[in-house]
Amino acid sequence: MIKFFLMVNKQGQTRLSRYYEHVEIHKRTMLEAEVIKNCLSRSREQCSFIEYKDFKLVYRQYAALFIVVGISETENEMAVYELIHNFVEVLDRYFSRVSELDIMFNLDRVHIILDEMVLNGCIVETNKNRILAPLFVLDKMAES
Amino acid sequence: MALKMVKGSIDRMFDKNLQDLVRGIRNHKEDEAKYISQCIDEIKQELKQDNIAVKANAVCKLTYLQMLGYDISWAAFNIIEVMSASKFTFKRIGYLAASQCFHEGTDVIMLTTNQIRKDLSSPNQYDTGVALTGLSCFVTPDLARDLANDIMTLMSHTKPYIRKKAVLIMYKVFLKYPESLRPAFPRLKEKLEDPDPGVQSAAVNVICELARRNPKNYLSLAPLFFKLMTSSTNNWVLIKIIKLFGALTPLEPRLGKKLIEPLTNLIHSTSAMSLLYECVNTVIPILKSPVLARNNTVFLYVEKLYFVFFPPTVKYLGLLAMSKILKTHPKSVQSHKDLILQCLDDKDESIRLRALDLLYGMVSKKNLMEIVKKLMIHVDKAEGTTYRDELLTKIIDICSQSNYQYITNFEWYISILVELTRLEGTRHGHLIAAQMLDVAIRVKAIRKFAVSQMAMLLDNAHLIASNTQRNGICEVLYAAAWICGEFSDHLEESNQTLEAMLRPKVTTLPGHIQAVYVQNMVKLYASILQQKEQAGEKEAAQEITQLMIDRLPQFVQSADLEVQERASCILQLIKYIQKLQIKEVPVAEEVIALFAGELNPVAPKAQKKVPVPEGLDLDAWINEPPSDSESEDEKPRTIFHDEEQRHSRHRQPEIDEEELARRREVRKQEQANNPFYIKSSPSPQKQYQDTPGVEHIPVVQIDLSVPLKVPGMPMSDQYVKLEEERRHKQKLEKDKKKKKQKKEKKGKHRRHNSLHTESDEDIAPAQHVDIITEEMPENALPSDEDDKDPNDPYKALDIDLDKPLADSEKLPVQRHRNAENLKSPDTEAPLVGKKSKKPKKKEKKHKEKEREKEKKKEREKKVTEEGKKVVCVLSATYDIQGNLQNDSQVTVSVIFENKSTSFLKSMELNVLDSLNAKMLRPEGSSVHDGIPVPFQLPPGISNEAQFVFTLQSIVMAQKLKGTLSFIVKNDNGSTHEKLDFKLHFSCASYLITTPCYSDAFAKLLESGDLHMSSIKVDGISISFQHLLAKICFYHHFSVVERVDSCASMYSRSIQGHHVCLLVKKGENSVSVDGKCNDSTLLSNLLDEMKETLSKC
Repeated sequence: MIKFFLMVNKQGQTRLSRYYEHVEIHKRTMLEAEVIKNCLSRSREQCSFIEYKDFKLVYRQYAALFIVVGISETENEMAVYELIHNFVEVLDRYFSRVSELDIMFNLDRVHIILDEMVLNGCIVETNKNRILAPLFVLDKMAES
Repeated sequence: MALKMVKGSIDRMFDKNLQDLVRGIRNHKEDEAKYISQCIDEIKQELKQDNIAVKANAVCKLTYLQMLGYDISWAAFNIIEVMSASKFTFKRIGYLAASQCFHEGTDVIMLTTNQIRKDLSSPNQYDTGVALTGLSCFVTPDLARDLANDIMTLMSHTKPYIRKKAVLIMYKVFLKYPESLRPAFPRLKEKLEDPDPGVQSAAVNVICELARRNPKNYLSLAPLFFKLMTSSTNNWVLIKIIKLFGALTPLEPRLGKKLIEPLTNLIHSTSAMSLLYECVNTVIPILKSPVLARNNTVFLYVEKLYFVFFPPTVKYLGLLAMSKILKTHPKSVQSHKDLILQCLDDKDESIRLRALDLLYGMVSKKNLMEIVKKLMIHVDKAEGTTYRDELLTKIIDICSQSNYQYITNFEWYISILVELTRLEGTRHGHLIAAQMLDVAIRVKAIRKFAVSQMAMLLDNAHLIASNTQRNGICEVLYAAAWICGEFSDHLEESNQTLEAMLRPKVTTLPGHIQAVYVQNMVKLYASILQQKEQAGEKEAAQEITQLMIDRLPQFVQSADLEVQERASCILQLIKYIQKLQIKEVPVAEEVIALFAGELNPVAPKAQKKVPVPEGLDLDAWINEPPSDSESEDEKPRTIFHDEEQRHSRHRQPEIDEEELARRREVRKQEQANNPFYIKSSPSPQKQYQDTPGVEHIPVVQIDLSVPLKVPGMPMSDQYVKLEEERRHKQKLEKDKKKKKQKKEKKGKHRRHNSLHTESDEDIAPAQHVDIITEEMPENALPSDEDDKDPNDPYKALDIDLDKPLADSEKLPVQRHRNAENLKSPDTEAPLVGKKSKKPKKKEKKHKEKEREKEKKKEREKKVTEEGKKVVCVLSATYDIQGNLQNDSQVTVSVIFENKSTSFLKSMELNVLDSLNAKMLRPEGSSVHDGIPVPFQLPPGISNEAQFVFTLQSIVMAQKLKGTLSFIVKNDNGSTHEKLDFKLHFSCASYLITTPCYSDAFAKLLESGDLHMSSIKVDGISISFQHLLAKICFYHHFSVVERVDSCASMYSRSIQGHHVCLLVKKGENSVSVDGKCNDSTLLSNLLDEMKETLSKC
């Protein structure tokens, strides 16, 4: 199971956070700070998997953005590693060359994408067209 | 003024949106907090407006702020408002905010139930979708209960988009409301074969999660999953299925065999690393080796792993997977030892730790020394105490695992331990100390060496204990002192060691270590004394005594109680010895007798595992206790008595003569080895030598060329070399032997030899570890400690899914009160209604027929036969009467009526006794036995049977559950049937109608012993006469006096409580004032009366 999904930039600012298990708000900030500290202290050659407390972190770095996913002991690390890339590809398709600003300005849309892909801590959808379908409907609705 | 207002609202219309907020925050880098608090104020203003668009915009901004770590729970109500917007664009913002900040503790969440239900049934699939997504984040037990049925319906929605979401949400619902699992499971199972792969994947996900926690309930699904695995091409689904099999295979070993082929195919064909990883990670470790060894599959997997998972970014996974394989197939991983050792140099701590874990499992007799040598190098290099400590504990773990199985040369191990003491600032001094003690005690052959090393440690104590307080390593001195003292016979230069122990510096050590020092220096002293006396060196003996007397006072002044006490005691002892020595009396024998006897190792759990011998009852009194307070003592005594009986009954069958003899034999042996028994032959060694195969252990000569006393130099390396030489020699010898053997018996042992030539077993250990059974008591019980967490949320989901559903388990369905009249084809609700209608009618009829009976309650048994024909077989009516003779008994008369056309026989009634009420059973039968009904019932016949119940307290009403089992016999054969019922003992049934005269009644009221209570019931229309009759009839009262619309009544309980009533009738109401000795009984009686009266 996926416990949380984070996007954090190099300055340690959270750009997206989604928790699939309830975490109190002040604990969230602490957790995010620690997680990003952990990721930043590592070089590019180092392994993308970190054991952290009683769960694991899987992270990937895209330019200045880190995507960090917290998973339970039993989740397949490799699958999550691949999911992160898939997520970025979807963002790239929707925003056509996604940037950090796109994510900040359209936080709600990014959430829709994420919710289409991960639900309840499980991976539900990985097909790009199907993931983006509701979003395109929404955009059409907004235009009219 | 008006213009201003308009302007204000226009301003609001052009409020900041999310983009503006983000930009604003970026532009106020210096005073971000201030800017945000200003924004929050604006948002609060916006939320006060009626315009939903403004509100939604505000909530959207709040979601962003929440992500930055600001608490937005204060806006919970506004979020709900936005959630209930009709436009999807707003609704989704509401749900998004809710999913981010709502949780079980949010109190407004219960307001959302109806809104969510509405959205779930919305014709727009995106409305439903967004509601489902939101729900997954904040579902509470209440929401789960209320919405379970709605979500279950959505699982069969026409759109796969909804279906897959609904299926996934069900998992959360199950967790919060476990009762929903059984009713929903059949549908969930259906979804495994859904035409849409997304839905299928969701169902696999959910079942996989469920099955991981309680795999045994899902074994029946294995064939279905097997089919899915071979047919599916979706990697995500395959990963989950393989994970599921990982959970199932341990329960069903046959699965493993079946899985090998498809899995091997997958590994060969897949290009997805994640799938490959899953295959290796989950399933391979659980596949049992014999099958795989033949296919050589594991080696193949490991090779593949090696190539795929050792690029730096995924190295961690490779190590992790290897560690899983290692558990079952250690040999296959060992070939990659170098690679794993390399990982110890990795920058990444989690990789280093993983590699350490792997090493733990990879050691063998052959490579242990090499691996530990590498680890020792890492210990020296390691920076940061935590990692170094981790290394230290790992070295000790690796060496000591399974009773030092892999250590062939304990001299080497001791020197490793000694080397480890040079680590500075480690917390694990006590660990090293424990190892030293353990090895020295258990490996008898090594004691001489150990003692010499320990003496050296004591000599160099100043190096170890340089900064005592912060340094945990000084703990090793504890072990060193004890070993030197206990095994002082082996010490070569005892004088020097004693001198070292008496140094003033010792007093700076922690108290518990000093105490051991003091105690053991006497042991040492005793042995020196003996040596000197035997050698006839009286002066030397006196010298050593003088030394003790000179130096001991420094310990007598110790602040530590233990040290001080021991030291002063010993000082006196030695002064006494000195006196004797001056008189030239030989004392050594007596002094040494103080420490005679040898310690044997005992396993830590030994005491716990000693079974209680037969005939010994630890709970029984040895002497009967004085019986001064009999009444209080009686109860506990009976409890003990019961237990004793059960105990002996349980044990008896296990014993037979042979077993007893065997146990006696074992015990004798064990006593022989136990220092606490008086031994018949005081030689543990003798027994030790008797063990087969010990002769073959070559005893190594200690090579004195090894520099024992150079503390700065790592010595363990020397032992590595020595050990290699030894092994080489051994091998040569063996080869010789083999040749001889071959000459003697040609080919006979060939197979045997070839099997063992290169294996570990060939390397005989230089010393033998004393791990004999003596550590455990005879017939020690295997401990199966069950450490399951009772608070585990998944435990509630451990539900048998194959049982058919009962009516009571149906999910709660929302419906209108007159739902039975409505046509709603696809819900289960009407079915329940129909089923329950029939019996209701019958009940009514029955009641009318038997009006004259004072109490009724009936249960009818319907047996559904072919064609769902409802047949009523048996009806039972009962009546409870107090027993006049016995104040704690009531008699229950049951009238059984056979309503079927079959013959009923072998009826047996059983009741689940409560603490207070018990059915009176014939002597000798247990609580679980039923009482047979003493007659059979031909069709259409009724008969009455009586059962007696004993009660302790009668002040409260009671309900007892019971079953009536019987056999229905008709032309088609006979069937066994059961009928569940409840017996209701109302308080009124404990009352006995007793007439009372008015003067006695008045006296009773005046006595003042009675508690008082009253009730009032409105809306009574029947006549007063009729009403009194009812009370008399149903509640067992008699009328004492009646004046107009006022009456006094009286009754008595079987336990002699007086109950007096004053009943008054107003226009439309009745008030009852009651008085009784017992207030609880009275209030319960009045409550019952209220119920009767309100029906009038």
